[in-house]
Amino acid sequence: MGQYVVQRLLLLIPTFIGVTLIGFLVMRLAPGDPAELRAAGGLGGAKDASVSQDKRGVVDEALAQWRAQYGLDKPLHVQYAIWLKNLFTLSFGDSFKDNQSVWGKITERIPVTLKLNFWSLLVVYLVAIPLGIYSATHQNSFADQATTLIAFVLFAVPLVWAATMALVFICGGDFYYLFPPGGLESLDAAANWSWWHKFTDQAWHLFLPVVLLSYDGFAGLSRYMRASMLEVLRQDYVQVARAKGLEEGVVVFKHVLRNSLIPQVTLLASILPGLIGGSVIIETMFSIPGLGQLGFESVLSRDYPVVLALLAVTSILTLVGILISDLLLAVVDPRIAFGRRAQ
Amino acid sequence: MASTNSTTRDAVTETTEAGGLWSDVWQRFKRNPIALTGFYVVCVFVFMALFADFIANDKPYYSDYKGKSYFPIFRSYLVGLKLGKWPAELLNVEFKKLEGAKSFYPPIPYRPSNINLLEPLEPPSGRHWFGTDKLGRDVMAGMVHGSRVSLSIGFVAVGIAVLIGVVLGAIAGYFGSWTDLVISRFFEVMLSIPTFFLLITIAALLPPSIFLTMFIIGATSWVGIARFTRNEFLRIRNLDYVTSAIALGGTDRKVMFKHILPNALAPVIVSVVLGIAGAILVESSLSFLGIGVPAELVTWGSILHEASTTTYAWWLAVFPGFAIFITVLAYYLVGEGLREVLDPRLRGLR
Repeated sequence: MGQYVVQRLLLLIPTFIGVTLIGFLVMRLAPGDPAELRAAGGLGGAKDASVSQDKRGVVDEALAQWRAQYGLDKPLHVQYAIWLKNLFTLSFGDSFKDNQSVWGKITERIPVTLKLNFWSLLVVYLVAIPLGIYSATHQNSFADQATTLIAFVLFAVPLVWAATMALVFICGGDFYYLFPPGGLESLDAAANWSWWHKFTDQAWHLFLPVVLLSYDGFAGLSRYMRASMLEVLRQDYVQVARAKGLEEGVVVFKHVLRNSLIPQVTLLASILPGLIGGSVIIETMFSIPGLGQLGFESVLSRDYPVVLALLAVTSILTLVGILISDLLLAVVDPRIAFGRRAQ
Repeated sequence: MASTNSTTRDAVTETTEAGGLWSDVWQRFKRNPIALTGFYVVCVFVFMALFADFIANDKPYYSDYKGKSYFPIFRSYLVGLKLGKWPAELLNVEFKKLEGAKSFYPPIPYRPSNINLLEPLEPPSGRHWFGTDKLGRDVMAGMVHGSRVSLSIGFVAVGIAVLIGVVLGAIAGYFGSWTDLVISRFFEVMLSIPTFFLLITIAALLPPSIFLTMFIIGATSWVGIARFTRNEFLRIRNLDYVTSAIALGGTDRKVMFKHILPNALAPVIVSVVLGIAGAILVESSLSFLGIGVPAELVTWGSILHEASTTTYAWWLAVFPGFAIFITVLAYYLVGEGLREVLDPRLRGLR
């Protein structure tokens, strides 16, 4: 097991380099000079034509100085190496926008996004797995056909539409006010509230974002779960278990469930990037101060250091998720030979 | 494995029969009423996109003005193709304001660019079936013309994704060994990138353009297709007929694309259809966030975006979102139907 973990960790390195390299190249090769952009914040529109000729010289000098300070005058591969080195020491530099430390900005928002995604993931699995089990054990019943249909339709609902409909119809506006249109807690939240009061207030605020982030996941996963249950139910050993007189409940929950859960574990890896993408939309729409919102704002204001750092951080989170799902797979499925990656 | 072989063999023999594999696929696809409905819905949207100018236009089909007959919509096509000119009295006129003209208009007598500041945010009515946005533009006209953006981005982006995916997947699966190892690592890199975040980064850094958006979506969504192609190539490469094709002196390129590819297409086709739905979803999210396509272009996503800021204008949320939903659902149904016809092994996967 230990050897397997080490191998998986080593395999992460080339993947991580590939991921960050792509992000780095995208940011650096895109049109627009980061120095100019930086200056636009500090020097008030350096490229502005209104800057007089003698001032222009000063501006250019400042830009050159700034480029040298941040290593932007070096060749690309050197810049990338420097950036990677800084990454390992967690020094991402300062934001172009407000000169605050990028790492500080990110760490302040990571808990919010993690909380949102943790609950969403929990909802995905808690809804999808029982639903899948029920559908498979009652195959072709009305309830099975209904849930299969609903899951299929739900899967096609665009997130932006679902979120907009929620904002329009149930978050104040002209219709119902069932849920708050944004934020993580009420504006009048006070420190002297009882923990129960705080908890319900936060739950009330998180409910819609979590449902919106997870519906697509549990719709997809419940279909997988159903298919995987059905496949295992057809196996000979299940027949044997029944033949030797085991109760149906024991057969389903002890013999079938365990084996059909295995593929679901690997799906964690494919759900995670989707959740991060969804966080961008949901956090922006519901003004939740998480990584997604920070990412969207930084992309719009071309805050290079923040965007690059976020690409790296979200990729690391995804890679860690993939690693966890691989390790879980090895734990739940003893058939997987350690040292060989499960397909 | 036995069933796999027999399906492949069936497919091979069927192609040689009159009508061929694809007419057989169509015959079987037709028997699934739900998938067929999806197919017809797709056809309706394609029709809408192709003939948007004839469905929603501020110019009439036919106009009788000062005793002369005109066909302004057709004329505008001729002018667009530089084959004709507007008559002097009709140059840059608003047809609806022409005195004494008898005109016959399309069902939606507006273009999405018709700004009417006198009727902003009108709820649905007889004049504007789906209401108007804050600039007084007709929402239904915007949706009819927006279907062009959605469909063209869907098709072109997936076209690009297929090109990249099939070529890379074919090379990885055909050559195997270290080539496969390197390319598969690359797939893994692409899978670990939070694609949507990368996408909005690229789209926001580049100038807004519909063609760039198509390209970016295509360039970030080929991994699924590539993996399917690779797996199929890995499987088919070891079949006897491929070995004999190589033994007969077929070049790598010929064996790959002439002998293997046609048999590897089945699962790829399914992921292509699902990929179109994915591209449409991504495009709507992008234009919802206001990046990618130019701001003046009305798309389903951009109308939805207005709804999220003017929340009392429910018609801005309901109709365009429903259009995206129905289109995506239709593609999913077609994809699912094709999957059942083409490849029973894949059933239950997405």
